[in-house]
Amino acid sequence: MTVRIVVDRDKCQGYGQCVFEADDLFGLDESDTCVAAAEVGEDRRADAERAADVCPMQAITVE
Amino acid sequence: MGVVVAGAGLGGLRAAESLRAAGYSGEITVVGEEPHHPYNRPPLSKQALSGPIDPAGLEFRRKAGVDDVQWRLGSPVAGADLAGRTVTLADGTVLPFDGLVVATGLRPRRLPIPGPAGGRSPLRTVEDAEHIRQRLAPGSHLVVLGAGFIGCEVAATARALGADALLVAVDEEPLIRPLGREVGAAMRRRHEEHGVEFALGRTVTAFEGVDSAEAAVLDDGRIVPADVIVEAVGTQPNVEWLAGNGLDLTDGVLVDSGMQVQGTDAPVVAVGDIARYPLALAGPGPLRIEHWNMPTETGRRAGRTLAALLLGEAPDRGPFTAMPSFWSDQYDISLQSFGLPGLATSVEVVEGDVDSDCIVEYRDDDGLIGVLGINRTPDLVPYRKRLAERASQAEGA
Repeated sequence: MTVRIVVDRDKCQGYGQCVFEADDLFGLDESDTCVAAAEVGEDRRADAERAADVCPMQAITVE
Repeated sequence: MGVVVAGAGLGGLRAAESLRAAGYSGEITVVGEEPHHPYNRPPLSKQALSGPIDPAGLEFRRKAGVDDVQWRLGSPVAGADLAGRTVTLADGTVLPFDGLVVATGLRPRRLPIPGPAGGRSPLRTVEDAEHIRQRLAPGSHLVVLGAGFIGCEVAATARALGADALLVAVDEEPLIRPLGREVGAAMRRRHEEHGVEFALGRTVTAFEGVDSAEAAVLDDGRIVPADVIVEAVGTQPNVEWLAGNGLDLTDGVLVDSGMQVQGTDAPVVAVGDIARYPLALAGPGPLRIEHWNMPTETGRRAGRTLAALLLGEAPDRGPFTAMPSFWSDQYDISLQSFGLPGLATSVEVVEGDVDSDCIVEYRDDDGLIGVLGINRTPDLVPYRKRLAERASQAEGA
């Protein structure tokens, strides 16, 4: 099982809260917009969901 | 029976999700005063004021675990008998519970200022925001009571929409309580550069107008045009429904580090803005913290505690090491903070200049207690680490 992380880059405002939660799954690009690992193992689901929970714009979906 | 979650905001939602994640499989009923599912409030003072507001677009995504939760929305809670394990709703319905989550949050404090009520509004709900948005137009005159984050954000949004903005506050500087005098003064200068006016050390004594306010009278006698008035002068915890149960309700609801409500034998937890808890970073004295990320942090912890209590297990009574965090957008300024700057006894700009991009350290007797970045969010990583280390060194952590 893998976990899909989808970022709505139109919603993202570059607050970077996800990066503070899991800096190996999320980062900000040169325009301060979120980029995320596309697929991670099930063992990282909790970390990905934590980051999605604290996104101020709720721009991260974990599937 | 099952769990009743009183309050359908972010804290209530996260508590319900956490109950499920912790293995609680009984019924969960969420009772909320507002007619909406839990939604995100910060955009209401910013992006949401720029166009028609779609409440559904602000809703939090709800995790699959809470698909079977029953929602009783538009149904405020009116009372509770914790010993008898029931909650009473405003419509008279009595809901028995095995476990209770107190998540009724805050309401805006209102000032008893004489004059017409039309045009005056707090800013807490989507309805408040829609009310304000419909009146904000190029050339309209916004008067904000209060110079905290909501007041400053609304003023910035109003200027972007072409409205005039005047902030009236008893404080000496905007944001002085959360961020201190030096940063507050710098934020005032930035607002003034964008055309915002301030009446500091002042109050509004009356509004003038027929059905709707047209002008505000200040306590120095000045009369200023005012056709949109936002009251942003603080909040009050919604604790009244818990009265008569022997709880400490002096400022919110007193809980332990696991968010279990103190003063009752019933399995009751409290979350979010209403909970007053010991935070590892700040020491043993309990605090109530209104930052946006704390409903999520307290909701998670409270859900685990309540699940343990209901499953006959020992809850985690260890320190609560969550890191308070807030952000604020005003014009092109992006403020980001970690920790509790409001508790500092000394403040120092450690990188950059307070009138441009900078990092500010907030310290108390034990060292770093908070940090603020102005347009420096990515550079806050080492400061956040230092704060997390301090929290982890708290007694028992």
